[in-house]
Amino acid sequence: MSIDSVFVHKMWNDHELSKMVKGGVPFPMLSDTGGKVGTVYGVYDDNSGVETRGRFIIDPDGIIQGFEVLTPPVGRNVSESLRQIQAFQLVRKSKGTEATPSGWKPGKMTLKPGPDLVGNVWKVWKTKMAFD
Amino acid sequence: MPKEFKPGCARPTGGVVEEKGKEKAKQDEEFIKKEEKKMILIGRKAPDFTAPAYYQGKFVNLQLSEYFGKWILLCFYPGDFTFV
Repeated sequence: MSIDSVFVHKMWNDHELSKMVKGGVPFPMLSDTGGKVGTVYGVYDDNSGVETRGRFIIDPDGIIQGFEVLTPPVGRNVSESLRQIQAFQLVRKSKGTEATPSGWKPGKMTLKPGPDLVGNVWKVWKTKMAFD
Repeated sequence: MPKEFKPGCARPTGGVVEEKGKEKAKQDEEFIKKEEKKMILIGRKAPDFTAPAYYQGKFVNLQLSEYFGKWILLCFYPGDFTFV
């Protein structure tokens, strides 16, 4: 979503993005001319009249699980967004009985928070696991 | 004389009408106070909206809540053609 019109979205997709991604952008390119949606989401900068690089993860219940906002010159890390979605999906599937420690990726160990784990994380989780 | 500018990653913006006066600054302050109450919070419902979109060669109107039931990644960016 940006403040560009759908006509400009079409030009960008058809003339540039479709040369990077076969078949063009596979998801809807939303238009927010006037920045009303961006304002509600806290990413519209009324000094410059544009929206910052905000990214929101919304779960199947419509609840915002996480967001990240960057200034224009720094691009996103798509893999990190996907990793976070996978983590939120795991937590949801476990109905909140499991938690994903720092550095978690699919396949790595999770934690099961409870009275026995208090003060004992150091026994099961090592600092280097944050960087694996 | 018009001055040349180099295009950056921030989308080129429109003209500036006047310098920000005291009155405008005060208005901004009030606006920010109001906006703070509406600040997005995680764990809360995503504000619903309807917006036009370009999708698979067509222009369509979409409502965010039509996608509830799936995982949604909603991304904002400064503008088309902004490089990164």
